[in-house]
Amino acid sequence: MRRLLRDWVHLVRPALVLLAGIGIFLVVRGAVIPKAFGQYGHFRPGALDTIRQRPISFAGQDTCVMCHDDQAKVRASGRHAHVACEACHGPLALHANDPAANVPKLPDVADLCRRCHEKDAAKPRKFPQVVTVEHSQGVPCDACHKPHNPHI
Amino acid sequence: MDISRRDLFTIGGKLLVLASVGATLEQITGAAPPSESYKMAEHWWGMIIDIDACIGCGNCVRACSKENGVPKGYFRTWVERYEIEEGEQPHVESPNGAIDGFPPATRTDLKSFFVPKLCNHCADSPCVQVCPVGATFVSPDGVVLVDETYCLGCRYCVQACPYGCRYLHPDKDTVDKCTLCYHRITQGLTTACCENCPTGARMLVDFKNPQDPVHEILRNNKVQVLKPYMATGAKVYYKDLDGSVR
Repeated sequence: MRRLLRDWVHLVRPALVLLAGIGIFLVVRGAVIPKAFGQYGHFRPGALDTIRQRPISFAGQDTCVMCHDDQAKVRASGRHAHVACEACHGPLALHANDPAANVPKLPDVADLCRRCHEKDAAKPRKFPQVVTVEHSQGVPCDACHKPHNPHI
Repeated sequence: MDISRRDLFTIGGKLLVLASVGATLEQITGAAPPSESYKMAEHWWGMIIDIDACIGCGNCVRACSKENGVPKGYFRTWVERYEIEEGEQPHVESPNGAIDGFPPATRTDLKSFFVPKLCNHCADSPCVQVCPVGATFVSPDGVVLVDETYCLGCRYCVQACPYGCRYLHPDKDTVDKCTLCYHRITQGLTTACCENCPTGARMLVDFKNPQDPVHEILRNNKVQVLKPYMATGAKVYYKDLDGSVR
């Protein structure tokens, strides 16, 4: 130990190399790891913003009703009161942003009603369901049932 | 100019020290403060699914696919139909994730029902624990998300998820999953699946909001999460779930 202390000069170079190594590590670490990493946990907080930037496709019930309150009133009095507009009419955020440029197509009733109301043993008993072929013999559903307020 | 080896090391050393000090300072001070009205700390998102209300129409699957651009043949949410003969193992099917609904079940002598499934947004998620690079994480508002720029596509999380809710995106080669429509819920909208569920079988809930109906629902109903024995802290609660559901 005494000899080691006496010949301390030979420790200078390894010490410098070590320091340089630490320096390089810090520089690389500073350059590679994003600034705010670890702010909320072991992840990059910027990812949250990236994910949030995705544009929406379904405008949402409240947006539809802002203009189409007449239809909403008709629906509110019937058994489809809790079915959102876009559940049948499809994603219409583009239409909400620019109604003139994006005119939505009316859904095809032949396919639409069946999706929910075709008889299936696995459906809850209380849910209204029919075997379409027997029930209407090919007559379109909206000949009798108005989709916004379907009860006859 | 003549530079000796000694000079070169001296200059190099000085530069290194300067750069590292700079980089460290930037790390400490450089983080931009988040500027927005949505406060992550005030939310803790989850979902309630009412088995007795699901009609297996597949509206949620279609809506999710359109809203999130889910690649064809992959699903962030899907619906299963259980048909159970007494004393037998359940028969479970989900044709193409039920994106086009189900062919009608005709046997009335079976116990049968639909089970919508999605990421359970676990509070102690196995997928987060196994990610080697911090690409998948639980956000401060309780949503399990994937950082696409960090994901290596190693698939550890796909194997770790007990609910089978993750897949490797065929074009991006990174892991993709339900984001609980993070881009929607952070601006006050509900998720695409909840928005489009015609019977209200799915309901987005915020456990940190004292006004949210979730507290009353949890208090007044028999609820269950999937695979509770996995202790994942799942936040998708099923109302009236049959014991056979896995």
